[in-house]
Amino acid sequence: MKIDYNFAFFDEGSKREIRRATLKAVAIPGYQVSFASREMPIARGWGTGGLQLTLSLTGTEDVLKVIDQGSDESVNAVNIKKLVKKTTGVLNTDDTNKATLIQSRHRIPEKSLKDKQILVLQVPIPEPLRLVEPSEYKTKRLHAENEYSGAWLMLFEQIMKYGNMSTGADHPVKVYDRYVMAPSPIPRFDNPKMDYSKALILLGAGREKKIYAVPPYTKVKSLAFEDYPFEVESFEDKECRLCKATGVFMDELIDEDTKETYYQCNDTSYCLDRLNNRN
Amino acid sequence: MGYVAIKGGTKAIEESIKRLKYERLKEKKIVNVDDIKGSMRGLIDQVMSESSLCSRELASIAIKQAEGNMEEAVFLLRAYRSTLPRKHYTKVLDTDNMLVERRISASFKDIPGGQILGASYDYTHRLIDFDLTDESLEDAIKWVDDYENEKIKDDDTDLKKLPKVVDYLREEGLIKTYEDNNKEPIDVTKKSIEFPTERSERLQILTRGQTGAITSLGYAALRAYGALHPTVGELRIGSLPIYIDNPLDQSSKEEDSFYIGDIKITEVESFIPKEIEKEKGRKEIEFDIGYGICYGQNETKAIAMSILDNCLETGNKKYPTHDEEFVLLHIDSVESTGFISHLKLPHYVTFQSKLDSARKTKKGEKDNEDRL
Repeated sequence: MKIDYNFAFFDEGSKREIRRATLKAVAIPGYQVSFASREMPIARGWGTGGLQLTLSLTGTEDVLKVIDQGSDESVNAVNIKKLVKKTTGVLNTDDTNKATLIQSRHRIPEKSLKDKQILVLQVPIPEPLRLVEPSEYKTKRLHAENEYSGAWLMLFEQIMKYGNMSTGADHPVKVYDRYVMAPSPIPRFDNPKMDYSKALILLGAGREKKIYAVPPYTKVKSLAFEDYPFEVESFEDKECRLCKATGVFMDELIDEDTKETYYQCNDTSYCLDRLNNRN
Repeated sequence: MGYVAIKGGTKAIEESIKRLKYERLKEKKIVNVDDIKGSMRGLIDQVMSESSLCSRELASIAIKQAEGNMEEAVFLLRAYRSTLPRKHYTKVLDTDNMLVERRISASFKDIPGGQILGASYDYTHRLIDFDLTDESLEDAIKWVDDYENEKIKDDDTDLKKLPKVVDYLREEGLIKTYEDNNKEPIDVTKKSIEFPTERSERLQILTRGQTGAITSLGYAALRAYGALHPTVGELRIGSLPIYIDNPLDQSSKEEDSFYIGDIKITEVESFIPKEIEKEKGRKEIEFDIGYGICYGQNETKAIAMSILDNCLETGNKKYPTHDEEFVLLHIDSVESTGFISHLKLPHYVTFQSKLDSARKTKKGEKDNEDRL
């Protein structure tokens, strides 16, 4: 009993179904489209939504980049790349510029994306209202009725309790002035990169069986109040220990010998690129 | 912080996978897939049921590959299932036609056709049988031959035509007779569920649910969080023949259908008393049915499923076991183990982001104090 897998793992019927959901998602920016969501050879919660999108989109000419929390070399990114390569044979790259498809967990690359690139984000909880309303039946109706008081109240309560909005990653955004959307837990730092992005952004939640999208050149605004504006994570006075970059998202690390805190670009390929081009 | 910041993930993964293989083989023992298939009936049945893939052979390979780890074996089969085109649906099965191997009723002592104990752990003492440490194949084969030659007293019970216990209550009007619902079931593997769900969707999700999860929630409903008191009307185990329509001829004529094999299943019909309001506040007690079914011999799971089926039909808002979102969205093995295990993935960015917020709230507190 030995069987070869089809191109891009799935049977063609499954791929077609994912593409149909994707097209619908692009047509209704920010709206969560249900899809059947097949079980994948990597675990649910490890990027199966993103992976299903990637596999349904990959053609023989594509060049794929996969990053996990900023790193091309993280175990999970490597694992996903390996699987796509094994089942399609497409080229992999670390270079953001060269990639036609970028699958990412929780980061948007520092280098701006271009036309005709597709960014696929892995999403654990696609529902921005889940924290305030556990029932899917109800949240679906809240979206339909454009009823987002829950999301606003959540932010308001944070201000009352903590003096400012204390969302970590996954600060909710409003897409095309209509749907409130979970940007997947990208740090607040990356939210503005979604606004009028040149690249198509697709978001896939495998376990929750949802696909949604931000089409190119679409307005994406982080929820905020006039007197409490949206704030990104602050790294103002920090610079990368390796490439001296400033104004990028940093990892906070501790020097084992001196116990001092130092900072390093979270986007490893961006950092490498700067290091290589400096010399 | 190690493995994200440092280049070399690829190499580290390769080594980890090698180490895994080493753990599987380091005792220098291997078990043949055939041996698993021939001796791990309970494990195979559970794995097939949770992966909703009926193949003892594939289940055995998966069990070997997973070193007997249930969640891994199920995971392998589910992923494999995603690569298979779905070409046919079987014709409707009627469990009245089951070739019964075991069949018991806890509701009536004397049931038409009789109680058939079949094979069960229920009547064993759970004492470890130390003789098994040096059981020999020769002895095993001899035992089987002797057993098969034992004269079994034949009676004229037709094991393919055993009447259902539920029919007895139906005749008496204690269980409502519903009209057949011939609506095409929704395939939950082709379309994600929307709430409220239909019963066909609920039954599919329950039957492929994780054995432990179904058992726990069923137990919770039975003990305190469900307000119901079921009696097992009938539990039967046996094989059912599967037919598909002639793919070239859409007429669905009975004589044109193809027999493609048998499946072994456990089926449970539980009787659950329910109050019916009659005229002028007068009340009567009738019985509802809770239905459980799954691949192989999985009796606890099938009974627990029958409890949950009824809970979800009733939908009493007081109990989480009656809440279809609570039950249906959290019992799938691949989903729950996947999301729990994803916590092992690096969360450096998301945690950094939360850290930033946490620090800002501390700063906010100081600002407030300064202001006072």
